[in-house]
Amino acid sequence: MLKLRKAMNRIFPFILILCLYAIHAEAGKIILKPGQSIQAAVDRSAAGDTLIFSPGTYQASAVKIRKPLSLIGNNHPVMDGENKGNIFLVASENVLIRGLKFIRTGKSNMDDSAAIKFFDSKNCVIENNILVDTFFGLHFSNSSNLTIRKNKVNASASREFEVGNGIHLWKCKDSLIEKNEVSGHRDGIYLEFVTNTLAKENFIQGNMRYGLHFMFAHDNTYLKNTFKRNGAGVAVMYTKNVTMQENRFEENWGSSAYGILLKDISDSKVIGNVFLKNTVGIYMEGSSRIDFKENTFKENGWALKLMASCDQNLFQANNFTRNTFDISTNGNLVLNQLNENYWDKYEGYDLNRDRIGDVPFRPINLYSVIVEKIPASVMLWRSFLVTLLDRMEKILPTMTPDEMIDHSPKMRPYDFGT
Amino acid sequence: MISVHNISKKFGKLQVLNDFNLEFELGNSYALMGPNGSGKTTLIKTILGMVIPDSGDITVGSQSIKGDVSYRKQIGYMPQIGHYPANIKIGQLFSMMKDMRPEIKNYDLELVEAFGLEEMKNKAMGTLSGGTRQKVSAALAFLFHPSILILDEPTAGLDPIAVELLKTKIKKERARGKLILITSHILSDLEELTNRAIYIYEGEVFFSNTIEELKEITGECKFSPAIAKLMEWTLKKKSKKTILNHV
Amino acid sequence: MFKLLKYALYDILKSRFAIIYTVFLALVAISIYQVSDDLSKVSLSLMNIMILFIPLISAVFATTHFYNNLEFIELMLAQPVKRIHVFLSQLLAVVIMLSLSILLGFGLPMLLWGADSSLITLLVVGVVLSSVFAGFAFLASVLTRDKAKAIGISLALWIYFSLVYDGLVLYIIYSFADYPLEKATLALVMLNPVDLGRILMLMQLDISALMGYTGAFFQQFFSSGSGIFIATFALLIWMLVPNYLATRIFRKRDF
Repeated sequence: MLKLRKAMNRIFPFILILCLYAIHAEAGKIILKPGQSIQAAVDRSAAGDTLIFSPGTYQASAVKIRKPLSLIGNNHPVMDGENKGNIFLVASENVLIRGLKFIRTGKSNMDDSAAIKFFDSKNCVIENNILVDTFFGLHFSNSSNLTIRKNKVNASASREFEVGNGIHLWKCKDSLIEKNEVSGHRDGIYLEFVTNTLAKENFIQGNMRYGLHFMFAHDNTYLKNTFKRNGAGVAVMYTKNVTMQENRFEENWGSSAYGILLKDISDSKVIGNVFLKNTVGIYMEGSSRIDFKENTFKENGWALKLMASCDQNLFQANNFTRNTFDISTNGNLVLNQLNENYWDKYEGYDLNRDRIGDVPFRPINLYSVIVEKIPASVMLWRSFLVTLLDRMEKILPTMTPDEMIDHSPKMRPYDFGT
Repeated sequence: MISVHNISKKFGKLQVLNDFNLEFELGNSYALMGPNGSGKTTLIKTILGMVIPDSGDITVGSQSIKGDVSYRKQIGYMPQIGHYPANIKIGQLFSMMKDMRPEIKNYDLELVEAFGLEEMKNKAMGTLSGGTRQKVSAALAFLFHPSILILDEPTAGLDPIAVELLKTKIKKERARGKLILITSHILSDLEELTNRAIYIYEGEVFFSNTIEELKEITGECKFSPAIAKLMEWTLKKKSKKTILNHV
Repeated sequence: MFKLLKYALYDILKSRFAIIYTVFLALVAISIYQVSDDLSKVSLSLMNIMILFIPLISAVFATTHFYNNLEFIELMLAQPVKRIHVFLSQLLAVVIMLSLSILLGFGLPMLLWGADSSLITLLVVGVVLSSVFAGFAFLASVLTRDKAKAIGISLALWIYFSLVYDGLVLYIIYSFADYPLEKATLALVMLNPVDLGRILMLMQLDISALMGYTGAFFQQFFSSGSGIFIATFALLIWMLVPNYLATRIFRKRDF
């Protein structure tokens, strides 16, 4: 069933193109050679025509496309923007751009130079393109029904202000972002006012700021993406009804690096994700009614930093293993629930053999409270003195909040097959 | 053979040896005596290089011992109580001592055979009785034909047969013209084994001469009363030692 | 020198202590392997035990060994060998024995049930800490003529470096929390061999948390190999300095 769906997903754009052909039965084919003007060819073509680019390098600066066209590259011909502004500007329906290589856009923050910039477009497909050292990669505003697939978007700037976002959507909806690879940009994927969109199986690595960054982007789903070694991880804000499932958040190291930073997120689901080797797995503030289930938190510095401004969140059936600290918080007020999680630091027993520990587990460690206040004290972690202090705190809690407690800790880890 | 020149040694505030001078000649056997804490042991340890003097010098065979270790090849030393690593076997202890003097190939096995140590060579030192350990110490002291023998309470802890064997050996070596230095509380042993007496009191040489001279000066015809008289004198009148030193 | 070492080693390796210590370490390691689900938990538990007990046992054993062998050392000094060789043979024998016990006691279970880089680091840190505290013990032993006093000094050094020192550091960090403390903290850690060993382990086990520290200096220290290099180098100095001092004193000491 799943295979069939995958196949359908793959076939879908082709069906779309076939349909387009069917509508414009008279659609023509124009073959371009290096040196020819792309703009002239575009102007010359009729709606629904296909432009085929022969291999080679084309000068391409601010090519405007205002009609349905298919631009298809043969063996990734190079669109050279010559460091001048945008390369393609699209404002149309039914545009297909496939198999092209884009290099050297302008590097200006003034006009947000991009390899391809879409305005007010619909039903467009951008796939199998390669973007090297573009300022912004793919830039969409006020568009819908986009398919952004299998593009490789790579920049190699050394500082954050020298580069824009890899895949940037503003005021878009009903789109699919799938199997792209984005690296070296400011944000890997940036979504603002984007709704009802699916981001799937993207590989977002080594971007300066965030792997994924969204704001006011409701009703979106993020599935099986990998966010690895991005400067500050993933940050999502001011959004409700988000679904994040089976993503991997790995190796986001740094003083303000997070697997995910959740700020004012509500009514969402975070299920089956893996948080591996992040300084902080999840940092959340002002967030409520989020279900965290079946996630794996492994080898993080802090699995969760849960600020007191969060409420009604549920953490159920997650695995917490080998994290330096499992949870830390900044107040005594705890309005969140912890149930049936597996904590590798749990030292209780299970006399009635129901696989649930008979004594509750307090995941907040005294020393994590101290480290929170004085970061330098992390240097004394695991010393005999600190171990002693922690033991004493476990027996007589004085500094750690009472209610941060899992009443039904699991004795054995869950097998999520990860 | 051994000259001790102007040796001084302080342990903390305690002056143990005070501008100390002595000569030891080959062919003589010396009885080193003195009350507890008089500096006997310190003198021996200084000669052996275990204690480093504050000032003064010691020569062995006209060569200074400062910064030198090879002179100890000429010395056979038998400590008062032999403590050895518990898990080392007798045989290994002997090969270890031999390893420290690789150029000496000719061993004096007389005492080893007399004490029957060869048959026990696979016994660990920790399992031996105090007497057997003393036998080992004695045998080791004579093993390398040293020209100087320093024996600290050699007969203590030995059984009578072993004592006789050891005494015979000491006399034999003395007859061979070796220098022998003995401390003991058993005066009869000293009388039997030595021909010269050294009496140390409070870090200074109180008497050093032949035993005949000792008897003459004290007016006693026997060794023990002569020594007793020396002790009396030291206690009574310290001024006397200056006179005696010139005898 | 190596001839002396050969016999000293032979003696110490056959001692009851060497066997009991190795078996004890092996039992600890085996039982931890049995109750732990994964390797990093093993190295965590082993590290807790190691950081506390290995310095203690090394210090006490080395002091006791020195005094038990004192008369024999004296006898050796009356032989035609250099003092420094006598001393080094004793010291090296103790260090080698303590190291072998760790390598066997902890290493064999690792060979049986697997090890990762943190466990290898653990072995190295164990060996180094043994040497450091054997050095302290020998230093204490040559400084005083009283066995009880020497053991007292060794124990005091152990308590100081395992507990008191960290308390002082924590107090300093607490008192000056408003100031940038990164270099000072790091420097303070360098002044304690136990902390250094612990930091080397932290770099294996808690790197994610260490990277959370604000300050470029720390970031650089922990993320690059230079941190491991500097910490290891500092530990080596800790290994050499007490031993060097002890050797110097031994050469001038009276017996």
